[in-house]
Amino acid sequence: MNPETLALIGGAIVLALALGGTLGWAATRMPRDADGLVERINALLPQTQCGQCLYPGCRPYAAAIASGEADLDRCPPGGAVTAQAIARLLDRPPKSPDPSYGTTKPRQVAWIDEARCTGCARCLPACPVDAIVGAPRLMHTVIAAQCTGCELCIAPCPVDCIELRAVTAAPPSQPLAAGC
Amino acid sequence: MQARRDFAPGLVLDARKRSTMRERIVAAPEPAQVFVLLDQGDGRRGTPCVREGERVRQGAAIARADDGPGADLHAPVAGRIRSIGPHENLREAGPGIVIDNDGSDERDSRWEPCPDADSLDPDDLIERIRGGGIVGLGGALYPTAAKLAQGRDRSVTHLVLNGAECEPWICCDDALMRETPGEVVRGAQLMLRACGAAKCTIAIEDDKAEAGAALEAALAAAGDARLSLAVLPAVYPAGAERQLLTAVTGLEVPQHAWPPAIGLLCQNVGTAVAIARLMRTGEPLIRRIVTVTGSGVAHPGNLDARIGTPIAELIAAAGGYAGAPRRLWFGGSMTGRALPDDAWPLTSAMNCIVAATAADLRAPAQAEQACIRCGDCARVCPAGLLPQELHRAVRSRDEMLLERFGLADCIECGCCDYVCPSAIPLVERFRQERVAMRERAAEAARAKAARLHFEHRERRLAELEADRRREFEDARRRARDSSRDGG
Repeated sequence: MNPETLALIGGAIVLALALGGTLGWAATRMPRDADGLVERINALLPQTQCGQCLYPGCRPYAAAIASGEADLDRCPPGGAVTAQAIARLLDRPPKSPDPSYGTTKPRQVAWIDEARCTGCARCLPACPVDAIVGAPRLMHTVIAAQCTGCELCIAPCPVDCIELRAVTAAPPSQPLAAGC
Repeated sequence: MQARRDFAPGLVLDARKRSTMRERIVAAPEPAQVFVLLDQGDGRRGTPCVREGERVRQGAAIARADDGPGADLHAPVAGRIRSIGPHENLREAGPGIVIDNDGSDERDSRWEPCPDADSLDPDDLIERIRGGGIVGLGGALYPTAAKLAQGRDRSVTHLVLNGAECEPWICCDDALMRETPGEVVRGAQLMLRACGAAKCTIAIEDDKAEAGAALEAALAAAGDARLSLAVLPAVYPAGAERQLLTAVTGLEVPQHAWPPAIGLLCQNVGTAVAIARLMRTGEPLIRRIVTVTGSGVAHPGNLDARIGTPIAELIAAAGGYAGAPRRLWFGGSMTGRALPDDAWPLTSAMNCIVAATAADLRAPAQAEQACIRCGDCARVCPAGLLPQELHRAVRSRDEMLLERFGLADCIECGCCDYVCPSAIPLVERFRQERVAMRERAAEAARAKAARLHFEHRERRLAELEADRRREFEDARRRARDSSRDGG
């Protein structure tokens, strides 16, 4: 073997070790795009922020799924569609939602019976999306367009004046079969 | 007459207009009560501007358009407002205004002719058209004033008046062109003034020889070089806006764009007559011509009826039901909509009402079968789509494929349904998928808004917490300092 070949092989070994070392160091010191994965899972969640998954909001739950701490079947508002979408993203077998965390319901929004509201303001901090307008000793009301129907305002209300109402769309008119 | 222009795909259908095409327009008897729906059929809902019990004169505004494009509604009859809201016996029709006709026909003070329409500033002309509540009477009900103003903003050059009326059964526009060709021409001139276009083509199908002759005579009498007549082969859907514009001008409206983007504007001939009438007499949009037809009515014909007249009264005016009607619908047989009840009122979108007996209906469709990929649907699609591929994309719910195969460009004409040997309800699937896509988009927008609100709240709570901790630390340091000073 001539010296040039030896030098070339030596150089290749040095390069391989250097690159391998850098990658090994990077793998331990830098997170493996954990944030990107969390964001991608979070984008699939319905953003109800209801906490039925036992995490304080959709993003914390997304982080728990990404880290493997929680399974992907804990989101009742998202239902089967969301569970399937997350399974596809993570390349895992599809799973139907676990009913012990709650049941999937059609879209609903909170409604305050303003005649009974005492203005105690206890529902205000409970709302995860700031959809309740009010102040102490003044009547409260729900911004329906902003409400996610998470039900978190129901429990703190001392006079039970909040209820959830289904959002119904008008049925479309009946088309004919073409050419009849 | 100009030479026929080509109109490539589409279908040659049995027009089923023979029984009504010879009939003259007959004024329908005045209804004792009208029910004017706040949503006339375009999904936009006016806001009532009258109160229950109030007396209104004929032609007075009773509902105002909300923000965005919309048109005011006017009282079709003079009388007292009986109720506002859903009709007691017709809740599924949605909210509307019921007026008891007192028979006086006393007209609103704004019902005044406009003799100087030809010297009016185009903006004032458009404002007058807006005041008359004129909407596109081809069925889409787009507010005419808004469309003309958009055309003016984009400096359109060519106005096309749609008199094609390609769908089976419907012949209200044909009757209008036969009997009042002068009004069509007059309306065209007014629209040209309003939108600033240099020329106008009135487009009709070649099965309307009488209407064509009448229009030609009217055009000769007007002696206006800007106006011309184009005769298209009677192929469905020649009257679909984009397809008509392509057939008349040779230009194709690009995907995701609208006709003014390429200097074109399309209006219905009925709309032109409504504008001509508004200027000549001051009458706002309170009536329309409607074809009442089908083997299920005794004397099919064209009626001039007030908006809000119960359909049952229109059927009675056409001699009542005959034979054994099986279905009742409005519109043509390709894109029509079923009427659940003949108590429903006439809306400005209803160009035709059909009471069909078994003889009018196609043999009941066989059960839906799998797509055999014969490609018949692609051959007839006037929008140049591949319905079989779209159907596959709908089944797989693949948004990227739906976008690529142009779901948004489907004009829902029903040609693909008509020829499908497997009896697949393609248009219905596409329509449902469009609704589902809109819902998914709305859902995504709501989720995004909720995420932003949640993140904003998290940030606010974190800041509050940090403030509280800082104050606590400050207080503790002050307490420590003061105790040291004291000691």
